[in-house]
Amino acid sequence: MKLSGLEPLVFNPERNFVNVGERTNVTGSKKFLRLIKEEKFDEAIDVAREQVEGGAQILDVNMDEGMLDGEAAMVRFLNLIAAEPDISRIPVMIDSSKWKIIEAGLKCIQGKGVVNSISLKEGEEQFKKQAKLIKQFGAAVIVMAFDENGQADSYERRIEICERSYTILVNELSFPAEDIIFDPNVFPVATGMDEHKNNAVDFFKATRWIRENLPAAHISGGISNVSFSFRGNNVVREAMHSAFLYHAINEGMDMGIVNPSMLEIYDDIPKDLLKKVEDVLLNRSENATEELLSFAQNIKGVAKSEVKKAEWREYTVEKRLEYSLIKGITEFIIEDVEEVRQKASRPIEVIEGPLMNGMNTVGDLFGEGKMFLPQVVKSARVMKKAVAYLTPFIEKEKGGKLLTKGKILLATVKGDVHDIGKNIVGVVLGCNHYEIIDLGVMVSADKIIREAVRYNVDIIGLSGLITPSLDEMIDVAKEMEKNKVHVPLLIGGATTSRVHTAVKIEKELPSSPTIHVLDASRSVPVAGSLLGDKKEDFIENIQKEYQILRDYHFKKRTEKIYLTIQEARSNKYSIDWKDYKAVEPKLKGIQKINNFSSSEIASYIDWTPFFQTWELHGRYPKILDDEIVGEEAQKLFKDAHKMLQEALDKNWLEVQVVFGFWEAYSIDDDIFILDESGQQIGVSHSLRQQTKKSSKAYNMSLADFIAPKSSDKKDYIGAFVVTAGKNIDEIAKEFENNLDDYNAIMIKAIADRMAEAAAEYLHEKVRKQYWGYSKEEELSNDELIREKYKGIRPAPGYPACPDHTEKTTIFNLLDAQNNVGVCLTESLAMYPASSVSGWYFSHPESKYFGLGKIKMDQIKDLSNRKKEEISVMRKWLSPNLDD
Amino acid sequence: MKEIFFWHNMNDILSIAKHKILVLDGAMGTMIQRHKLEELDFRKNWFEGHNSPLKGNNDLLSLTRPDIIKDIHSAYFQSGADIVETNTFSGTSIAQSDYGLEKYVYDINFHSAKIAKEIAFNFTSKEPNKPRFVAGSIGPTNRTASISPDVNDPGFRNTSFDELNIAYQEQVAALLDGGVDLLLIETVFDTLNAKAALFAVEEVFQKQNKSVPVMVSGTITDASGRTLTGQTTEAFLISMSHFPLFSIGLNCALGAADMQPYLKTLSRNASFFVSAHPNAGLPNEFGEYEETPEKMVEQIKLFLDDNLVNIIGGCCGTTPSHIKAISELAAQYTPRKIY
Repeated sequence: MKLSGLEPLVFNPERNFVNVGERTNVTGSKKFLRLIKEEKFDEAIDVAREQVEGGAQILDVNMDEGMLDGEAAMVRFLNLIAAEPDISRIPVMIDSSKWKIIEAGLKCIQGKGVVNSISLKEGEEQFKKQAKLIKQFGAAVIVMAFDENGQADSYERRIEICERSYTILVNELSFPAEDIIFDPNVFPVATGMDEHKNNAVDFFKATRWIRENLPAAHISGGISNVSFSFRGNNVVREAMHSAFLYHAINEGMDMGIVNPSMLEIYDDIPKDLLKKVEDVLLNRSENATEELLSFAQNIKGVAKSEVKKAEWREYTVEKRLEYSLIKGITEFIIEDVEEVRQKASRPIEVIEGPLMNGMNTVGDLFGEGKMFLPQVVKSARVMKKAVAYLTPFIEKEKGGKLLTKGKILLATVKGDVHDIGKNIVGVVLGCNHYEIIDLGVMVSADKIIREAVRYNVDIIGLSGLITPSLDEMIDVAKEMEKNKVHVPLLIGGATTSRVHTAVKIEKELPSSPTIHVLDASRSVPVAGSLLGDKKEDFIENIQKEYQILRDYHFKKRTEKIYLTIQEARSNKYSIDWKDYKAVEPKLKGIQKINNFSSSEIASYIDWTPFFQTWELHGRYPKILDDEIVGEEAQKLFKDAHKMLQEALDKNWLEVQVVFGFWEAYSIDDDIFILDESGQQIGVSHSLRQQTKKSSKAYNMSLADFIAPKSSDKKDYIGAFVVTAGKNIDEIAKEFENNLDDYNAIMIKAIADRMAEAAAEYLHEKVRKQYWGYSKEEELSNDELIREKYKGIRPAPGYPACPDHTEKTTIFNLLDAQNNVGVCLTESLAMYPASSVSGWYFSHPESKYFGLGKIKMDQIKDLSNRKKEEISVMRKWLSPNLDD
Repeated sequence: MKEIFFWHNMNDILSIAKHKILVLDGAMGTMIQRHKLEELDFRKNWFEGHNSPLKGNNDLLSLTRPDIIKDIHSAYFQSGADIVETNTFSGTSIAQSDYGLEKYVYDINFHSAKIAKEIAFNFTSKEPNKPRFVAGSIGPTNRTASISPDVNDPGFRNTSFDELNIAYQEQVAALLDGGVDLLLIETVFDTLNAKAALFAVEEVFQKQNKSVPVMVSGTITDASGRTLTGQTTEAFLISMSHFPLFSIGLNCALGAADMQPYLKTLSRNASFFVSAHPNAGLPNEFGEYEETPEKMVEQIKLFLDDNLVNIIGGCCGTTPSHIKAISELAAQYTPRKIY
């Protein structure tokens, strides 16, 4: 096989193994994902450069993440590295499970790269189509041992699928055999399950078989999978990787995804360890797994994580407190605290001594990335219980006052009801000895000012999730300046960003620093720096950084080219309506359902965002096996299921749904909605992309997906509101009263997921049954998450229609407040928070897109159509306005 | 060895190439310059009312002054060339959009092919034991899919694979309709552009259910030994090898002397025929090429002594006298063998 970047990479017998750099992969690297999400492409390029400098011979690039526009990210990144000769000298491996992303990537590389991957999973027709195009684009291909019946997990299945793939490629398509790379699936061994014992042997045998029977083909695989059972024991893992590679290369493997820092030199593996490892890999003895496991514990010395429960109870009481805090165990906390209190001369000493020490350790471990957010929240729960127990004793003894590092006021701004993130920040700061004054949700600017003055706080932290909250934050900053509240202002929440903070908020508060805080883990060092002695340096650095951001922002802005709204309309997404016949909805008018099975809906939950809430980044279910966060993810997942079960049993997650379908037609960017008698009952005013597109792309608007009036075709639109949040505030409050922030946050996070799952579930019912335009579809949960279905359900406030005021239209059409008890705040957030609303479009070509930035002419046009003041629409759409 | 029996209608040129070195023509632009043409020549009968200047858009001359283009083709055949290139180096909608003439892409390519074929036919009829061929010239366009034109935004591109693919399909289809015997994707300074061209060629072959031999010729810009977009010669070869080419080679930017090391790389590694059409030396301070035919063949003799090529010709600055000298020299040598 010959590949190329700017320079050639030729596989020949002397080059017996080629390693693939895998850190430029959003599914495998948290850091890379963050950089791409935050559009820090300079740093993302550095990750690629480190890979090349570290000896990677091929660069794997993967942008498969639900929250990313994978195609755009792939194109952008490949174009950028094309300008870096020290990176682009090696060939690129375009890694995606989505064909569209692969194709987009292939159109960006001048060298001969590798596609990772295709397989027979979706059948022969798809496989052939993709292989043919890969050949025409001039790339090599990785073929997974996967077919219509699933992933190959035995020797027989591996060779069966590889042979079938090879025959199709070589005989039917004349695909060059030397450009085929098989990935026969590396699976873990020593899992304790009998059926996994032969996993490595099967891989070796299949490798040899492929080499002997499928001429010229290559073999690749992801090595680290094999040692998953030994997470946390790097000595054993490294030995396993080297031994696995040693044998696999001997059998003919010549390419692989390997982390070079996780590799021991084969000859340097201690002979006794090597023997046990190879016993396992080669499945040479009955008890190989048990023997390696017990051997592994010896190598680790005292295995930290495996100390028996009973054992730690033998420690001194101070050590026991620390252990409980770090492990988040509440079971013994009261008795242990009481024991220390009796020994101490004053009750306050218990807090200042062992408890603080324990929490300091937690803080340090968290700071070093050795503990994760769910653990910290659990630690905080233990601390709270301990402090609550001690408080009456301290109060009895006059003069006992707890020292804190400072007072921090937290609030979710006016009009916004989302508080999971804010609560997490409160807990994390709280367990780092800050006193937290939490004003809750929907807090007006004047209340924030009033309480800040009253408590004489040191820092104010604002949170919000929906875009109108950005404006509220600006207001709070203005009010702080006006009222001379000269304390630092921290900004956080999903729609906030460094750029927005630097460009729009900071200037309103010249007298004190304004800082964007990305996530809860960042809040501790930021608060520490603001209240510490290096304060001036810290603030100066932030201000410099924000100045650079502003400069860049204003510079970048001028580079975008916009069309006028009229020009954009003439480049609309044009659907051929001539031969189109819309499916008439089975049900017409408004439908209300409140007897869906909650447990059935729960099976539609997409868990990936749940883990994101807890700052564990990675795709579910892969995250459970993640090298770094896997163990914590598993624990969190277990706790989540426990909570979910309890919530289902006690009917906390009651799902309520209202939806409707109506006849509709479009004129330009407006969708006119009619009742059964043909009376107009509402208009959905959609926005249109305005940036200049390349010759083949359109300036899209949701209205393009509804038949225009001029087509004389009947068409339909739908809308829905679902909620799972009816009881949640009450339940969460109960947990909070019980000093259990962990479960308070947990139930809210689950309710959010439940509402999304309900929306997904309802959408499926709508497609197959209630509207019935896609009766035949049969999709797995994973495919649902990947949005493989026909038709869309865009939500106001999200990228395709960022105009929140459209929610009012939906709520009016459905009378949602009366029907499901969801109302809209002044910022048009839905309350209760765990609710979802949106439109339904059924046309098979309708798709999600991001509106991007728009110009003032469209806002004027829209104001005109909505019969609303320009200044009002301008305010709602300011996050999207490029002025 | 790659399959090279891909096409059906040209067993001729394949068997000829096996036993003799084929000679390609020389520069088109240099010859046109000699005629000292005026704006009117570029408009005659076709674009008289066009609202922007057209002088310098040499491809139009196939329509407006076919007499001149025919004379140039004849002069090269007369000098011993086996293959002449159509006057279509800028015959894509992308290149023609600078003049607002995207709509004439079909005409330019179709008629250029027609007139070249007419001349080739005349020569073949007179001298049937030396059949003459026409290669449809496909230039790189004036945009690059791999480099940003904006120094402040290295991720920006002013063209795309898709756009190039469409433009090339249009050109290739018209050339085939006009009857070319081969296609020559030349002066490749961005391999991604050339990949789009090959993609387009494949599409058109499939649509028309026919094919002709395809030649690719890259341009090594300077002594770094790389293309404009940074690829080494070998990487360039690998990036083009997915297509069953007739030949791969180098042209332009360098004179024969400077081209030799890179030609060696191609010759050593390519499983296709190898071509070279260097410039007449390097341009002087007035932008003129002044290497004489005698001087140029001295250099080319070194290629032939080393048995590096199967096809040889000239690029910028070369004239019928250069081609005459080259063809006389080439006749004394046997072609490179493909291993």
